[in-house]
Amino acid sequence: MPSRTGSHSPAGFGRSAPERGLLLLTVLVLLEGSVLPLGAASSPDISHHANSDKHQVADVGHNATKKPFPVLAVEYDRVQIPFEISLWVLLASLMKLGFHLIPRLSSIVPESCLLIVVGLLVGGLIKLAGEEVPPVLDSRLFFLCLLPPIILDAGYFLPIRPFMENLGTILMFAVVGTLWNAFFIGGVLYGVAQIQPANPSDLHQLDLLPCLLFGSIISAVDPVAVLAVFEEIHINELLHILVFGESLLNDAVTVVLYHLFEEYAGVGTVTVLDGLLGVISFLVVALGGVLVGAIYGILAAFTSRFTSHTRVIEPLFVFVYSYMAYLSAEIFHLSGIMALIACGAVMRPYVEANISHKSHTTIKYFLKMWSSVSETLIFIFLGVATVDGPHAWNWTFVTVTVILCLVARVIGVVGLTYVINKFRIVKLTTKDQFIIAYGGLRGAIAFSLGFLLNQDHFPMRKMFLTAIITVIFFTVFVQGMTIKPLVELLAVKKKQEAKRSINEEIHTQFLDHLLTGIEDICGHYGHHHWKDKLNRFNKKYVKKCLIAGERSKEPQLIAFYHKMEMKQAIELVESGGGVKLPSAVPSTVSMQNIQPKKPPPVKAAERALPQLPKGREEEIRKILRSNLQRTRQRLRSYNRHTLVADPYEDGFGDLLLKKQKMIELEKKIKEMNNYLTVPAAPPDSPTMCRARLASDPQAYSVKPTSDRVPTIQVDLASPQSPDSVNLLDEFRRAEQPRGEAGPDQGLMMKPASAQSGPNKSREDDESRDQQQKLMRCLSDPGPSADEDEDEPFLP
Amino acid sequence: MGASQTRAANKYQDLTEKTGFSAEQIKNLHTRFQQLSGNEETISRESLENISALSNNPIRKQIIEAFFDKRNQHQNEVGTFQEISFEQFLMVMSHFQPPTLKTTEEEKEAMRKEKLRFLFNMHDTDNDGTITLEEYRKVVEELLSKSGAIGQEAAKAIADAAMLEVASTNVPHMAPDDFYEGITFEHFEQILKGLEMESRMHIRFLDVDTTTMRCGKSTS
Repeated sequence: MPSRTGSHSPAGFGRSAPERGLLLLTVLVLLEGSVLPLGAASSPDISHHANSDKHQVADVGHNATKKPFPVLAVEYDRVQIPFEISLWVLLASLMKLGFHLIPRLSSIVPESCLLIVVGLLVGGLIKLAGEEVPPVLDSRLFFLCLLPPIILDAGYFLPIRPFMENLGTILMFAVVGTLWNAFFIGGVLYGVAQIQPANPSDLHQLDLLPCLLFGSIISAVDPVAVLAVFEEIHINELLHILVFGESLLNDAVTVVLYHLFEEYAGVGTVTVLDGLLGVISFLVVALGGVLVGAIYGILAAFTSRFTSHTRVIEPLFVFVYSYMAYLSAEIFHLSGIMALIACGAVMRPYVEANISHKSHTTIKYFLKMWSSVSETLIFIFLGVATVDGPHAWNWTFVTVTVILCLVARVIGVVGLTYVINKFRIVKLTTKDQFIIAYGGLRGAIAFSLGFLLNQDHFPMRKMFLTAIITVIFFTVFVQGMTIKPLVELLAVKKKQEAKRSINEEIHTQFLDHLLTGIEDICGHYGHHHWKDKLNRFNKKYVKKCLIAGERSKEPQLIAFYHKMEMKQAIELVESGGGVKLPSAVPSTVSMQNIQPKKPPPVKAAERALPQLPKGREEEIRKILRSNLQRTRQRLRSYNRHTLVADPYEDGFGDLLLKKQKMIELEKKIKEMNNYLTVPAAPPDSPTMCRARLASDPQAYSVKPTSDRVPTIQVDLASPQSPDSVNLLDEFRRAEQPRGEAGPDQGLMMKPASAQSGPNKSREDDESRDQQQKLMRCLSDPGPSADEDEDEPFLP
Repeated sequence: MGASQTRAANKYQDLTEKTGFSAEQIKNLHTRFQQLSGNEETISRESLENISALSNNPIRKQIIEAFFDKRNQHQNEVGTFQEISFEQFLMVMSHFQPPTLKTTEEEKEAMRKEKLRFLFNMHDTDNDGTITLEEYRKVVEELLSKSGAIGQEAAKAIADAAMLEVASTNVPHMAPDDFYEGITFEHFEQILKGLEMESRMHIRFLDVDTTTMRCGKSTS
């Protein structure tokens, strides 16, 4: 049933009768529902009531005639609320799916527009069915459930560096810009309302305060809409962060203005004292929100320090602490959005240093998933709510509002940029200003705030709502659809797609220190100086508290390097040994090309090595391959209580060191001895650079060219069995020629490597002896004692 | 008084043209220069080393060396000075100016090249025109020098990886026996293309004199 109803929207109206009947039934049932908290409150009662009813019936039944036992019963009330919610979510997700299946559509029309249209259609359908549209965009639902995931996603992944560098500009736009917009729009609207001579319109009833309130609601740039549209146009980082940052930080202003005017709209006047209190309130709201968020962020970071034994619930801490921050801020009427952003931004560096790689991925995907669904739902609900009304269309009011919004925005941006450019080093050009002005989209927050208005205090509420919806539609449809071609037309700088390279990271750090040094030499405390001081404070005190173990001392460059290595390793592994290489440029350069030439110390040994007969070589390959396969299967555990320790998690640093050594080992084998190249790589894919961790279960994406395990009886090498370890150690020991300065210790991007791994074949002693002989021969001075390799390879 | 002022103004005029600073900025830098040099005409390495704020900086030595490097004076000389005059001090500082709204695209390109050249000179200590693996290793080691033992081990790996990346981006197809000598200036430009040096490598030269705001404390 869910699947059928899930597809009931715009797919078409040609249905058969029974389907239509079912559809109507569902729709009927859907509409009976109300919003979550109320529903939740009532449904337990209902079920309880039903139970007591049943008891009575049962008692009565003993005396009355016995009815046949109901084989099938329908009891919808009990599951109504969760059912409806799931239905909506399913609808939203299916819509999203659908859009991307239609190739051309998603490139012309931004998703947000399509979703609103869907919402309109659904609302229309419901209305057609003659039922009342559920008040889906209820403010509580919106502010408590739909908005937080989007904001948390934005805050957690906020690029801190550009944000901080442009903080002054962002604040100017957010605070001063929004204030200007609010007062300008409110004021001019009031003026227009007053001068309306001919119409007997209700416009005359508009007082100044409601106008200002309306102005403050409509003037805030909406983060959801901005995200939705800007996501698709890939604009350069500076502009993105300016508009987006503004949309986030103007929440404090909006909150204060809204409460201020709402409070006093009933009374009718706002005194200077109230204004002053408003200013103070603004500071409290903004800074308080940030403080609350920061506190929760630090708590989350501190908690994550101790989660090394309970990796499974790590993501939960991130989500719950952030949500608590939001709710706590809302308790005190502080800015929940700023709290959420502060929480995410503060906790992220520390949490990421503490949690496992899998948890990191989980957090990322959950946040993206929730925010995506939320966004979809918001737009659909906007459409539905539009159909719902209640509407009071007033041509003058609406058109003037739309025009004013545009004009106010343009004037505000131009004026502010003029002032800001005096203080900025990298100035904002006209093109930038245009994009900033054009990107000021309004969205669902404005609508929800309007919805919250009390009808008694604001008799013009319906008119406001209509105007708000019109403005939202205008900005999302017109501006949203045209911004992409405009960006192309104006040749605005786009986002750089290239991944951050190690060289860039090195030089970014280098530049930081250089500029700090130059500032010190110049003798003034510029912003590099303070950034440096903050970093040092962070390193010395904060990191020690909040990051577990050795990672607390890890300098940023090394952390970056490790992260990059990991990413590359995973990428290669995931690409299944395919041709996709980590860098865009397929290159045959390897470490040898860089190292200053040295006579390889074991050239002599090479010639002495016996040639393996072809058949034997095949056998050895098969053995190794099958062993690797088995190891992978063994390591898949589905019991969440005994999740096999992931090599990526504990002993991370050790593991990387080991991996490096493994890689150089493989490389040496490949260099000096072409025979033990396992597995036989297909000729066109570079054998190089399969940076496989022997212990990584997913590393063995080796497509077994021979699916059948060879008939050679192979005793499975348990990863922890001492024998395999010893053999591995032999490998390693054999390969570490003592005394060599080890020019090959770096990570090979594309080493010509051979696959090796823990392997054992008790049966095939002969081949093993052969191997050992080979290994012994390969190394010149014999095994060097490396103490740190006594640990088993898998922790 | 008037005569000396005009003389000073003329002197500054000269420098303004050469270095691109405004008169106000030059005046402030001159005050700072006097502070560092103890009212002498030239400063030596010691004067810069005495700045206590620099002591926390991991690449302190390279920064100080850069001031005394003849290559940064735009006069095609090589070698190092023992002491530098105010004009030479300004020349080095001029590398850190930001672009303005009026800077054209070509000027921005030239600026970027100049800044990258400055960085290149800092790395290429033996002035052979390339940054060899050893030199690059040294750079990374210095960067990580404040991080103890972990830093030193990883430094080598990082430097090697970085070098490999430069090589593979610039000279993608090398035979196994070829040797990549070192990073030339062109390759250096290529790999740092994405950083937009002209917008990043600058500090704010104030028109207001902040040195006096710290109430005549000694240079630190």
